[in-house]
Amino acid sequence: MVDIPYEGIPGIPPAEVPDVELYHPRSWWTRYVFSQDAKVIAIQYSLTATAIGLVALVLSWLMRLQLGFPGTFSFIDANQYLQFITMHGMIMVIYLLTALFLGGFGNYLIPLMVGARDMVFPYVNMLSYWVYLLAVLVLASTFFVPGGPTGAGWTLYPPQAILSGTPGQDWGIILMMSSLILFIIGFTMGGLNYVVTVLQARTRGMTLMRLPLTVWGIFTATVMALLAFPALFVASVMLLLDRLLGTSFFMPSLVEMGTLSKYGGGSPLLFQHLFWFFGHPEVYIVALPAFGIVSDLISTHARKNIFGYRMMVWAIVAIGALSFIVWAHHMYVSGMFPQFGYFFATTTLIIAIPTAIKVYNWVLTLWRGDIHLTVPMLFALGFIITFVNGGLTGLFLGNVVVDVPLSDTMFVVAHFHMVMGVAPIMVVLGAIYHWYPKVTGRMLNEALGKFHFWVTFLGAYLIFFPMHYLGLLGVPRRYFELGDATFIPSSAHSLNAFISVVALTVGFSQMVFLFNLAWSLFKGEASGGNPWRATTLEWQTPETPPGHGNWGKELPVVYRWAYDYSVPGAAEDFIPQNQPPRATQLIQGAAS
Amino acid sequence: MAETVLTNPGQSPARPEGWRGVADDWASDQRAFKNVSWGKAMMWIFLLSDTFIFSCFLLSYMTARMSTTVPWPNPSEVFALNIAGKHIPLILIAIMTFILISSSGTMAMAVNFGYRRDRVRTAALMLATAAFGATFVGMQAFEWTKLIMEGVRPWGNPWGAPQFGASFFMITGFHGTHVTIGVIFLIAIARKVFRGDFDVERRGFFTSRKGYYEIVEITGLYWHFVDLVWVFIFAFFYLW
Repeated sequence: MVDIPYEGIPGIPPAEVPDVELYHPRSWWTRYVFSQDAKVIAIQYSLTATAIGLVALVLSWLMRLQLGFPGTFSFIDANQYLQFITMHGMIMVIYLLTALFLGGFGNYLIPLMVGARDMVFPYVNMLSYWVYLLAVLVLASTFFVPGGPTGAGWTLYPPQAILSGTPGQDWGIILMMSSLILFIIGFTMGGLNYVVTVLQARTRGMTLMRLPLTVWGIFTATVMALLAFPALFVASVMLLLDRLLGTSFFMPSLVEMGTLSKYGGGSPLLFQHLFWFFGHPEVYIVALPAFGIVSDLISTHARKNIFGYRMMVWAIVAIGALSFIVWAHHMYVSGMFPQFGYFFATTTLIIAIPTAIKVYNWVLTLWRGDIHLTVPMLFALGFIITFVNGGLTGLFLGNVVVDVPLSDTMFVVAHFHMVMGVAPIMVVLGAIYHWYPKVTGRMLNEALGKFHFWVTFLGAYLIFFPMHYLGLLGVPRRYFELGDATFIPSSAHSLNAFISVVALTVGFSQMVFLFNLAWSLFKGEASGGNPWRATTLEWQTPETPPGHGNWGKELPVVYRWAYDYSVPGAAEDFIPQNQPPRATQLIQGAAS
Repeated sequence: MAETVLTNPGQSPARPEGWRGVADDWASDQRAFKNVSWGKAMMWIFLLSDTFIFSCFLLSYMTARMSTTVPWPNPSEVFALNIAGKHIPLILIAIMTFILISSSGTMAMAVNFGYRRDRVRTAALMLATAAFGATFVGMQAFEWTKLIMEGVRPWGNPWGAPQFGASFFMITGFHGTHVTIGVIFLIAIARKVFRGDFDVERRGFFTSRKGYYEIVEITGLYWHFVDLVWVFIFAFFYLW
């Protein structure tokens, strides 16, 4: 066996990129507010996303109050109900999950995990956050404008989205579109940074195939977002023009409030194609970072290397690529050319292959592992179960003949909440419990964390399992109240009330988590630099929390992949990525 | 000695064959694209994203044009001008296209002189490019004015499908915005080149980072892209 000779450190090529000089903040403002440090930007992103996410959480309580106890709460009328639905969906999918995974976790973890000092263009990264904040403020402002936020449903389908009769037709829809356009501009600035940092700014020895899967997930999701958001951008611009200038891109000629509208000749289907060309990849933009993070959580807390790393990477890439050719499975009942269904059902079901590879690999990683049931691990296990459940109902909805009767029922609501609501949120929560010590230097309280997990996990099942049954009964989604339809038995109504009670309980129990976050910041047990005894680079920083520039004087050098857990013969059950092989050999020699 | 194995764990000593080798090359240490700077990589990826935006605009326009039941106005007639008593179809668009493509030529020359650190010629050629771009936008403004005077509106026009005006104003407007942003960037960078910022490694006002002559090439990438997009708009909107 012949080694390739390298200069300098054996086994590691010399640095290809000179160390960059960072912007050093000189004042409180540039250190904490207009900060160019990815870690501060990450925290800003996370706090903003959480804040607007709490608004969406409260909206879901109001919706559940109405659904569980129709007619009881006079302060919720049908228009408001539609507005709650719309804003809840839009905020949760885009302004919370996308921003939190990519803007929050991406900003914090990418530079640390690849061994960079910061993102490649910190100034642009900072702008990204401020444009995102502006988008959130514009979105939040719709609650206070005349007519309120739009009630068009989060899919914003024209023609109804911009016709009178839909709540928020005056201002809500205009501001919603503007906010989306701003979000996309802001995201693009951040997303370009994440992609270039992963591709071009890794430290010595960090090949792509040594990246932790977290980075792979976030990286692939960002690439997808950069290619999928353009479709939403274009759809938003065109819908905005339809609403403001009276163009007819999406608007057929129709009668509005008894009179023939000014519109004519447009195609509502075109909007649906554009929207779902964005919308389906969006599901995986949220899911892929979750896949990546959960792989690392499982490997670390089961003290075992991830099973089939190379296949995991290829599965992430394959899912990302396939998700661009499945979008019309959201449109089986839209009136598109029916035979398209064959193609889109086939591609949809093909995605099950790489996804199943991932699930099997997670389970095989756990197999005979040294499983520590820490809070992050509990959430990771909760994710696997929830994701499998949600994925299985996806097989129903992916098939045209099964989807047609289930379309627009509570079954769909239950499916997507399981698979892209609860499952990624499980990972978000697990990841916060996992990385909070790195961000703050303190552990989150474990007892509160376990309580939080069990309430959230069991609660999610009590909420969404019965919802599948409601959907099979034919209970429609987005209805303000069900009335006295004969096909809906009275048990369905009591089930709805039950779901509402559980949903409110689970919602309130999240306050325990928020309390934990705040309390542990000051009173939490000091964590040290590497409380989970993990291998990846972010746990090897000289300071905790990592200082400006992350690494002190010298960038770390990577000698191995991210999953050297329980290596036979090693002195400890983990070997950090930046530990040179000679040292291992010495430790091994001492141990034997 | 076992050292050869230990010093290089995780890296196979021989280069693998086939796709595995391709993947390993792409996944290689530190950088996926060797000798590509961060700025250039970022511009390329941005342009890829922007390609998707323009593709969506053009596909939407084509969908509207193919599905409309009302006749589509004939672009050769709509965009004809009477010059010296002669009726010449698409003449203005032809001139605009010529100007924009010429500006790509001056831009390419500016990049060349930039790498030779010829400050004056680089700045002059960039300004020439910007002037071509501004001329293009000016002619676009003339075209818009002419169509508006003839009664074309985003919601309708005298000759047929209302989506004609809507698509026209939206697509050329979005492209014109790109050209305008390009002109502003060209002027800003030309000023920096002329002042010698990249020779003395002066720090940027916003980013407080040093600039390099490569930024001329990166600006050029954007400019060529905007040109290329125009070729597609020309083909799909005017020539169809």
